[in-house]
Amino acid sequence: MPKTVLLVGTRKGLLLLESDDRREWNLRGPLCESWPIYNAIIDVSGAIYAAAASEWLGSSVWRSGDLGETWTQSSKGLNYEGVHDEGLKLNKISSLASAHGKVFVGAESVGLFESTDDGTTFSLVSTLDGAPGREIWNDHAMQPPGHLGLSAILPFPDSPDHIRVIVQGTSTFDTTDGGKTWEPRNRGLRREWPPPPDEEVGFCVHKLAQSPDPDRWYQQNHVGMWRSDDGGMNWIEISEGLPTEFGFAAAAHPNDRETFYCIPLDPGHGRTMPDGQAAVWRTRDAGSSWQKLTNGLPGRDAYVGVLRDGMVRDEQDDFGLYFGTSTGQIFASLDEGDSWTELADYLPPIQSVRVATLA
Amino acid sequence: MADVHLPSALRPLFADLPRTVEVEAPTVLDAIDVLDRRWPGLRDRLCGEGPALRRHIHVYVDGERGDLATEVPPNARLEVIAAISGG
Repeated sequence: MPKTVLLVGTRKGLLLLESDDRREWNLRGPLCESWPIYNAIIDVSGAIYAAAASEWLGSSVWRSGDLGETWTQSSKGLNYEGVHDEGLKLNKISSLASAHGKVFVGAESVGLFESTDDGTTFSLVSTLDGAPGREIWNDHAMQPPGHLGLSAILPFPDSPDHIRVIVQGTSTFDTTDGGKTWEPRNRGLRREWPPPPDEEVGFCVHKLAQSPDPDRWYQQNHVGMWRSDDGGMNWIEISEGLPTEFGFAAAAHPNDRETFYCIPLDPGHGRTMPDGQAAVWRTRDAGSSWQKLTNGLPGRDAYVGVLRDGMVRDEQDDFGLYFGTSTGQIFASLDEGDSWTELADYLPPIQSVRVATLA
Repeated sequence: MADVHLPSALRPLFADLPRTVEVEAPTVLDAIDVLDRRWPGLRDRLCGEGPALRRHIHVYVDGERGDLATEVPPNARLEVIAAISGG
């Protein structure tokens, strides 16, 4: 029986939930000296990396090679020293990815870094110079509150030079030359605010999820749920049937390109699930219709939110689906969302949930 | 030699880092660089680009608020403080 490990990044450190059967879970933590954790991953070697941003001691990537028993941390090279734009300052690191023997780190001010020595040192890959919108997205006067900068990194497994990223509040971008040039991927999206000077960008992309079909992608953004059937080049809206257009978290089915999950939220200040009822929404027909999944979730007075990296699925054949809330609960489903079980409560506010299956 | 008093939040991050270290250095930045050579990465925890002290890291030299350029006389007391904040 493989071991399943949930990495739960919270405002007060990293927590690990471990299980041999995905029914009985053991909680460990808080780890990383309780620094706020924006994201955490396990790479193919089983090493854990956590993107941490301390109010006092700055941002650093924590690494554990023994499943959280011992840790090191480093931010060597995670800065904008020597970059021609002297206004750049690394305020936080918010996203992580691992691929092709590298660890990638996304930051605010907007930048993509990589490590080729297991997180000991980092080097700047790109500040997305030349990309449309580049001239304004590091301007604090133009940013949304709590700006994450480069909020997602999605390397393509079969093409080391092809990386997709999200710049929060601006755009999805692709590079196919290892970060030298970047192209927006927003065609077909709508917005409900004035466009920036370059109308190719100015879209508030929250989450991208790839289906098992590499051409089929899903997107949750500020004003809707969207689907692409051509690898992200063009998008069509699939929001009809959902209670709100707004949400952060999303996950794709591992084997069925038509099935996809999201968690709609009230779009105002609250950003909690509508009507105080926790619910995950599922489509089995690529967004033509949606089912509200509530079995096992709090049915009333539950004003909970889920952030953009707050939902994930594991890689097992009978896959598990997990989400963590802004009020410190973890829920899991082992039947494709039909029913849910609470795995943990009273955790600090959860900012990310990732999962790994270890042999 | 100046006595450098370090914030307790640093100690879990660096093996054998004491609360107080004796350092001979002409300025606050030089003192931090001396410490960084003994405990690699320590400078990154106290300083960001520039270099500049991180927003919530304060230094006092013999009781007077200083910055990275402040001189550190022999026998001075250099306190590095993680400012009280939050709730």
